[in-house]
Amino acid sequence: MPKQQDIKKVLVIGSGPIVIGQAAEFDYSGTQACKALKEEGMEVVLINNNPATIMTDKTFADEIYFEPLTVEYAEQIIKQEKPDGLLATVGGQTGLNLAMDLDEADILKKYNVRLLGTDIHSIQKAEDRDAFRSLMHELNEPVPESEIVFSVHDALVFAEETGYPVIVRPAFTLGGFGGGIAKTKQDLSTLVKQGLSASPIKQCLIEKSIAGYKEIEYEVMRDENGTCITVCNMENVDPVGVHTGDSVVVAPSQTLTDDEYQSLRKASLTIINALEIVGGCNIQFALHPHNSEYYLIEVNPRVSRSSALASKATGYPIAKIAAKLALGYNLHELKNPVTGTTFASFEPALDYVAVKMPRWPFDKFHQADRKLGTQMKATGEVMALERNMASAFQKAIRSLELKTNGMYLKELTSVEEDVLYELAAEADDRRFFVVLELLRRGVSTDKIHEITKITPYFLSVFNQMVQLDQTLTKLSLETIEEPQLQLAKKFGFSDQYLSGIWSVSKQQVRSKREELNIVPSYKMVDTCAAEFEAKTTYFYSSWTGESDKKPAEKKKVAVVGSGPIRIGQGVEFDYCCVHSALALNKMGREAILINNNPETVSTDYEVSDSLYFEPLTFEDIYHVLQFEGISEVILQFGGQTSINLAKELEEAGIQVLGSPADTVDQMEDRDRFYQFLDKISIPKLAGFTAHNEEETKKFAEKLGLPVLVRPSYVIGGSGMKVFNSYRELAAFLQNELVSYPILIDTFLQGIEAEVDVLTDGEEIFIPGIFEHIEGTGVHSGDSLTVTPPQTLSNRIQDQLIALSKKIAVNMKYKGLFNIQFAIKDEDVYVIEVNPRASRTAPIMSKITNVNLVQKATELLLGTPLSQLKLEQEHNGQPFITVKAPVYSTIKLPGVSPVLCPMMTSTGEAIGTDIDYTEALVKALKGSTLQLNNLWKFKGTIFAEGEAAKTEAKNWSQLGYSIVTKEDMPFEVWLKSDEKIAYMNFEAETDSSKAKHVVLERIHVWSRQETAQSFLQAALHIKNKRKEVLI
Amino acid sequence: MKGCITLTNGNSFAGEWLGDNQYSAGEVVFYTGMTGYEQVLTDPSYQGQIVVFSYPFIGNYGFQPESMESAKIQVSGVIMAECFPFQLEGDRHSLVAYLNEKQIPALTNVDTRALIQQIRKEGSVPAVMHTESITADSFQLEECWPRTAVKKAGTGDMHIVLIDFGYKKSIVNSLVNEGCSVTVVPFDTEMSDIEKLNPDGFVFSNGAGDPMRFSSYFHRYKNIATRYPVLGICLGHQILALAFGGETMKLKFGHRGANHPVMNVKTGKVSMSSQNHSYVVKKESLKSTGFNIWFENVNDKSVEGLVHSQYEISSVQFHPEAAPGPQEHAQIFQDFIKTVQHKEKVRSYA
Repeated sequence: MPKQQDIKKVLVIGSGPIVIGQAAEFDYSGTQACKALKEEGMEVVLINNNPATIMTDKTFADEIYFEPLTVEYAEQIIKQEKPDGLLATVGGQTGLNLAMDLDEADILKKYNVRLLGTDIHSIQKAEDRDAFRSLMHELNEPVPESEIVFSVHDALVFAEETGYPVIVRPAFTLGGFGGGIAKTKQDLSTLVKQGLSASPIKQCLIEKSIAGYKEIEYEVMRDENGTCITVCNMENVDPVGVHTGDSVVVAPSQTLTDDEYQSLRKASLTIINALEIVGGCNIQFALHPHNSEYYLIEVNPRVSRSSALASKATGYPIAKIAAKLALGYNLHELKNPVTGTTFASFEPALDYVAVKMPRWPFDKFHQADRKLGTQMKATGEVMALERNMASAFQKAIRSLELKTNGMYLKELTSVEEDVLYELAAEADDRRFFVVLELLRRGVSTDKIHEITKITPYFLSVFNQMVQLDQTLTKLSLETIEEPQLQLAKKFGFSDQYLSGIWSVSKQQVRSKREELNIVPSYKMVDTCAAEFEAKTTYFYSSWTGESDKKPAEKKKVAVVGSGPIRIGQGVEFDYCCVHSALALNKMGREAILINNNPETVSTDYEVSDSLYFEPLTFEDIYHVLQFEGISEVILQFGGQTSINLAKELEEAGIQVLGSPADTVDQMEDRDRFYQFLDKISIPKLAGFTAHNEEETKKFAEKLGLPVLVRPSYVIGGSGMKVFNSYRELAAFLQNELVSYPILIDTFLQGIEAEVDVLTDGEEIFIPGIFEHIEGTGVHSGDSLTVTPPQTLSNRIQDQLIALSKKIAVNMKYKGLFNIQFAIKDEDVYVIEVNPRASRTAPIMSKITNVNLVQKATELLLGTPLSQLKLEQEHNGQPFITVKAPVYSTIKLPGVSPVLCPMMTSTGEAIGTDIDYTEALVKALKGSTLQLNNLWKFKGTIFAEGEAAKTEAKNWSQLGYSIVTKEDMPFEVWLKSDEKIAYMNFEAETDSSKAKHVVLERIHVWSRQETAQSFLQAALHIKNKRKEVLI
Repeated sequence: MKGCITLTNGNSFAGEWLGDNQYSAGEVVFYTGMTGYEQVLTDPSYQGQIVVFSYPFIGNYGFQPESMESAKIQVSGVIMAECFPFQLEGDRHSLVAYLNEKQIPALTNVDTRALIQQIRKEGSVPAVMHTESITADSFQLEECWPRTAVKKAGTGDMHIVLIDFGYKKSIVNSLVNEGCSVTVVPFDTEMSDIEKLNPDGFVFSNGAGDPMRFSSYFHRYKNIATRYPVLGICLGHQILALAFGGETMKLKFGHRGANHPVMNVKTGKVSMSSQNHSYVVKKESLKSTGFNIWFENVNDKSVEGLVHSQYEISSVQFHPEAAPGPQEHAQIFQDFIKTVQHKEKVRSYA
């Protein structure tokens, strides 16, 4: 029984909007924690302003507050809800920081709220570098030579003594933000300055560099009684020097001897015991590659990205167990939910390997600084499970959805060898592929080891893959014999790749395989290497041996997930997939989920009847469907990733529920889409499909300026651009790598709005309309939006609904889809129809009480819309909701923060209130917590361009000073301490200043509408404060 | 070359044969630890057994002689899913080459997961590794006995005699590290010869097989245990229980791995232990032995450790010396040494 009997109501802090370094993994940990608390009969109150998450659903918490994660708002909630306990260790660094702030402000004491799990002093001891270092000295655990500095000068003095390179780690920041490796004095000054400004306590740790050591992590758990276990250890393929979030990682470790494994394990236990952690904890080590000496790098006294990965890699639900430990349970009192027979106090034994690979946004942001270091840059990750090492890597590669040909990255095949050497030495996001490319060109593993310090074991695995590839290339489909084909599949070569090297069709490779009965088997993730009977429904494919599962003869439907989190395809699609699976279950179907993202709720095996951890390619999915005997699949909830599979799956005889491939094509192929709109007389903007440079120019002249140019079939507006002059367009076409055909449209200056539509093909239901606050030309994911609309007339709104109905009844579609409109004066145009759930679906579901995805799933299974009781469930939108985008541009040097048709934001926050301005205040406060505090009514705003200068005048009345280049050169202003915001409404063509500014945590307003919204919020806050004073 | 492993029930699992020696028989057992193959292969407790590794990637860090638990590879055969075939850094041998050199038969590319599931159902049964057809009498296994000569280690004042039933080097090392000198004696050494060594305490070592094989010596072991501080490990623990009138039984497929949770029943603390055994002490047989339960297995509640109410005897079913496995139980050696020191003091003042 839990010891803390007096805890009845618990406040859980979520991690807020998704940013690099704090992503979907905290939706997973938060959801698990909420579930665990509810299992124990607790009333769960949740604060989290990220609407795209599963955890902010009534299914998992009793009361949900979409409020900014600040002391001010948290106190209000505590006052109102009077919780007995606070769980702060599942909401990432944001959750921990807020808990520490609440403690410091004595709010926990004031309202008698007990912090559950790890004690606040332990958290401080682990988080404060100085306290941590002294504890390690006490324990005799080695830490790299280091010093805490508060100034650039102190940092330089330290480096003079120890020698370069040194690592800069700012205190209390997410994903190592603001840090890096300095090789010179110059580097060091820059980094320390940046680091001090990033650290909320203006403190940095300067550390002797141990780059080149093996980086090893342990996931450790401890209960109040002092029982400790290590759930899993992990080995980074990239040696120390690259942030673990940016490293290729395998679990368990592969190259550690038992002695090394156990000595690090022992150290982990010593540390977690000394810190008296109650719950989960992540410990990172640097291990000397030869003499087994080690250093401690970092301790995270909470669940983390790594613990989510460890949970998925082993099947052990760390966050769920951690929540129960926080309530006072001991590990040996909790059953291991995987086996159902053994207890939580044991360490998983794996009989497979898990490979994690990061997903970076650089396929989209070519101009960004791609170098990897101590600051994380990946937006998401994929994981692959296999009983063959090479195949595990190949599966992970396929899961990334990059432009690869088998294991090779296409863009590298034409790169000069010396450039490859440089790329291997100074890691950027392509390094893994650079290594493979070098091996392909015959460079020895020894030489690559010398350059990269990657452990020879991994290099020889990669080399084995390359060697086999070269053998296979010399064969053909006719000449290959059964054992060789079996070996190729065992090593993870896809039918698609093999068909390419043998110049045959994929279908031919598949037929030959099927003739020879070479098909994958499916193994269970059981935490115990088959020692005990297990009940989990969590599987992965392998090309050897028998299957563990005997599929049931039930009615089943597969839901295909959305893969790694990318800009433009985020956690919202995971939300959708989870709800679709839940709905299938309610309707008596077995839900089979296929996905490869280890961070998310959808890959929690408890969500679906069976979870398959697989790459989202046709072949991998088709095998699962064949194995399970499934003929129906749902693709419309997994974003662009899954709907792109519609055609091939249909060709293989699978029925795609609701969104047939032909409809997907009709909506996404420009010419067909325009024909469709014309046929049903729906107004559209003029546009063409251009097949070459000449055609593009010709069409541009036909349309007149401005024009919008974009590629077909994209995620998040990748590659979209607006041109205001023919000269710019010509330059773009000449200088950029443009892959034709491209789409060229009239660019209409107006307002944008969007709707999510439920349809059974005859009737429609629209729960609400989103109005974009910025005008056209800003990607919908990046614009401030409001619902219900604040400026659209009733006539326009009726028109939007009428057009939606017309589209729905005329396209062959069932379920949920999204329409984007452009409005100029009283005219409404359809910009695009997304034949899938969209980013706004979770928000709309939460604020209207209509679970759009679950309803859509019912429609997909044949229930008529009229039977869904939609009108009765809809709450009539009693509140106004504002959505604000959240950016990670401060972590991505070189990425422009200037609003444009290409999406840049990584997350979103909402604010909800009966008053529009109040909702706006909440949304803007909640979405800008990572930036300098704007709401103190002081600081300087740099205004550039006439429009900005005029707009800026409004701000001076609020206490801000306005600076223009006439007052002070931009560079001088940038160095000043008072800088708070940068305003330039003409920055789209030249964003170089904006790119600089954003790295300093400064607000960048590139659209007048954005600046005005912030102004409206600021005025409101200021007036409210006055009222309080009076 | 193709080969396979066949169990008594006739089920066969095919694989790729490594090495020249084309036949081997032994009891088939599985090990679930993810590291530590060097120690497992050389642990005398595995003498005569065919070991299946559940972890599919064996040999990734090669084979280093200093990691050996005895002078040779003890198992009669090795079954793996994959064995890393390449040259390794530095002076590490490749495991494949080492197994070949020592003529230890091995199979790779085996569906080890299915094989383990089979062992889970059938129990640890006799099995044969072969490349040609076999006859039914192949499953008659020969019994193996530990054979050691007297050995000395360490220079400490405290003198511990280790009764050898097939000891692991790490047990000796653990004692030496605690400041003891250790003399290893064969399990059948006469009492008078042992007394001549002037021991301060005894450790009953681990070993292979059924502890009842040693029943003719139980009176001698009991005599020692009533007069000196004794620590029993694994087989040694079982033998001590038997010597005082307890009973043992064979588990269906034993515990072999690095993740077995044991609870100290006095403190309620749970720790991870390294284990390798088929036999356990029967809880209900302890009534009149004077032994109390010290540790218990969290999963199947079996006896994992005993302390005697009257004599200075403690014993554990698991391996406090680790190697391979979690290094969480060094305290057991330290406490044992303390007991020995205390006893000695009592004696010198008596």
